[in-house]
Amino acid sequence: MANQDAQYSPGVWGWLNKRMPVQKFMREQLLEYYAPKNFNVWYFFGSLALVVLVMQLFTGIFLTMFYKVGDSSAFDSVEYIMREVDYGWLIRYLHTTGASAFFIVVYLHMYRSIMYGSYKAPRELLWLFGMFIYLALMAEAFMGYVLPWGNMSYWAAQVIINLFSTIPLIGPGLVEWIRGDYGVADATVDRFFALHVVAIPLVLLLLVTLHLVALRQVGSNNPEGIEIKGNLGADGKPVDGIPFHPYYTVKDVFGIGVFLTLFAIVVFFVPTFGNLFMEEANFEPANPLSTPEPIAPSWYFTPYYAILRAVPNQRLGALLLLIAVLAFFFLPWLDRSPVKSVRYRGALFRGFLAIFTVSFLTLMYLGLKPATGAYVTAARVAAIGYFSFFLLMPWYSRADRTKPVPQRLRSHA
Amino acid sequence: MTDAVVTGEQSEVDQGRRKFLTVATAATAAAGAVFAISPFIASWEPSERARALGAPVTVDLSKLDVGQMVTYVWRRQPIYIFKRSPQMVASLPTHDARLKDPQSKDSEQPSYALNERRSRRIDIAVLIATCTHLGCLPKQHFDVGDAVLGTDWPGGFLCPCHGSRFDMAGRVFNGSPASTNLRIPPYSFVNENTLLIGQDESGAKEAA
Repeated sequence: MANQDAQYSPGVWGWLNKRMPVQKFMREQLLEYYAPKNFNVWYFFGSLALVVLVMQLFTGIFLTMFYKVGDSSAFDSVEYIMREVDYGWLIRYLHTTGASAFFIVVYLHMYRSIMYGSYKAPRELLWLFGMFIYLALMAEAFMGYVLPWGNMSYWAAQVIINLFSTIPLIGPGLVEWIRGDYGVADATVDRFFALHVVAIPLVLLLLVTLHLVALRQVGSNNPEGIEIKGNLGADGKPVDGIPFHPYYTVKDVFGIGVFLTLFAIVVFFVPTFGNLFMEEANFEPANPLSTPEPIAPSWYFTPYYAILRAVPNQRLGALLLLIAVLAFFFLPWLDRSPVKSVRYRGALFRGFLAIFTVSFLTLMYLGLKPATGAYVTAARVAAIGYFSFFLLMPWYSRADRTKPVPQRLRSHA
Repeated sequence: MTDAVVTGEQSEVDQGRRKFLTVATAATAAAGAVFAISPFIASWEPSERARALGAPVTVDLSKLDVGQMVTYVWRRQPIYIFKRSPQMVASLPTHDARLKDPQSKDSEQPSYALNERRSRRIDIAVLIATCTHLGCLPKQHFDVGDAVLGTDWPGGFLCPCHGSRFDMAGRVFNGSPASTNLRIPPYSFVNENTLLIGQDESGAKEAA
C-alpha cells in the first residue's frame, strides 16, 4: 500500500486524486492534449458556444424563480421580471440575447466545419453529435420563445406546431396531442416550460459531453485539413501540435473577452437588436383573434421559414424545410473529395460553397420579409442554390480539381 | 441440467438456450417499456377539462348586416360568421377556374356545407378561421378589386403569414401555399336568428 500511495502528493490534493483521477484527467485533457498549432479565428466558436450554454443555464435558472407558467400568468410574470424584480431586466436580456448569441456562434462553428471539411472521416460522429445539438437547440429556442406568451409567442407556436399537421394520416391527431387542446392553450405553454427548462437542457448537456468526448478521441481538424497525428515526433507527440493548455486556453480566454464585450453592448444598448433578437409583437399579450402582421420567426429560423413559404404546397413546403435542416447530417457521406480544407479544394467546391453561403444569407433575409411577389421568386432561387450545395456535392466534390496537400502544416497558415 | 454445466465446462453451455433467454428477456422488457410509457404519452392528450370547454357556442345573427363579419371562438379556434349579399353568392361560381379545389372535394366540411357556396343557408357563411396552411388568421378583404389584391380580386380573405388567398366561400386560390379550402365546423340554426356552432343534427361532434 505504501508504494502505491507514493504516487500521490500529500494532503488534500493527494487524498482527492487517490479517490478520483482529477489530476490525471486535467493532464490528459489539457496539458497532454495536443491540438494543431494553426487554429485561426474560426476556432473560437466552439468554446464560445460552451460559454453561452453555461450562461443560458445560469440566467435561465434565475428566470424560473420569477416566471409563472400558465396562459393567464406567463405574460404578466415576464412584465413583473422586467419592471419589478431588481435587475430582472438584465437577467432576461442576458437570456434573450444569449439565445441569439448561441445561434450566431453555432452557425459560425458549423460554417467553419464546412469550410475546413471537419465533418469528414474520422470526424463523422463528432459532426453528427454537433448536428443533434443544433436540433436540440432549435427545439429549445422555439419553446423558450413561446414561454413569455406574447402575441408572437402564441402565433409562432400555432404555426410551428401546425407544421406537424402536414404529416399524412397522423398529422391532425398529432397536433392536438402536442398542444394538449383544440388550439394552442394553457396546456401547451405548461408542457413547453417543462421541456424548455428540464428535458431539453439535460439532453443538450449530454450531447455536448458526447460531442467533446468524440472530439478528444479524434482530435481537432485545422484550417489546413491535415491530420497532425500522421506526423509524430521522436517523443510520440505530434510535431505540428501544441498543448491545449496554456496555448489554446489563453487564446479562448481572449476570444471570450472579445465576445463578452460585444455581448454586453447588445444587452445594455440594443437588447431587441432592431426587432431581430426580440420582436415588437411579443410585447403585447397572446391574442388568438389577432395574427401579428407581418409574422416572422426569430432570425435564426428564417432561412428555413423562407424555404417553407417559397413552396406553393403545404406538405411539400414542410418536407423541404425538414430536408433543409437534415441535409447537414449527411455531409460526411455526400462529400467525396480526397481533401478536407477549402484551401486545397478546386474552383467547383469553392463555387458551390459561395452559392451556399449567399443562398443561406439571402434566405435568412427573405424569411424576415413578407411572402409576396419578388420576395417569393428570390426565395425560390435561393432555395435552389441551398439545396444544390448538398444534392450536387457527390458530383462536384469528386469532379473538383484539388491541389496536393502537404505533409506538414504551413507555419504561417 | 446436464453434468457438463455443473462441472463448468464452457463448451457444453447450451448457447441456443442462452440466446433464446436473452432475446426473450429483452423482448419482454421492451414490451413492458411500451406499456409503461403509454400513460405518459396519453397525458399529453387534451384533458377532460379541455374537452368539456369545447362545448357548442351560440351566435345571435339578428344584428349581422350584409357584408359584415363576426368572430366567435369555438374549441379555441376562431370562427368567422359573415352574411353575403346575393351578388356575392352569385359571383362565386364565376372564378372556379382560379381555385385549387372549387368543388371542395379535398376539403373538410360537413355534408350539408358541401355545395357551391359552402354553407347551409345561402347568405350565412361559417368558416373555421385558421388558415389550412399553418393556422394563421386570414384577414378580411371583402371589397371587389381590393387595393392590395388587384383589380380581378372577387373578395375574400388573405392570410398575412404566408399569403394564402380564399374567396367568399373560403375556397383557396391557385398560387396559395394552402392546399385546401378553409374548414367548416359542424353547425345548425336553432331559429332564423340563432346559430349554434359545434352542434348539428348528428349531435355535438368530436374534435373537428
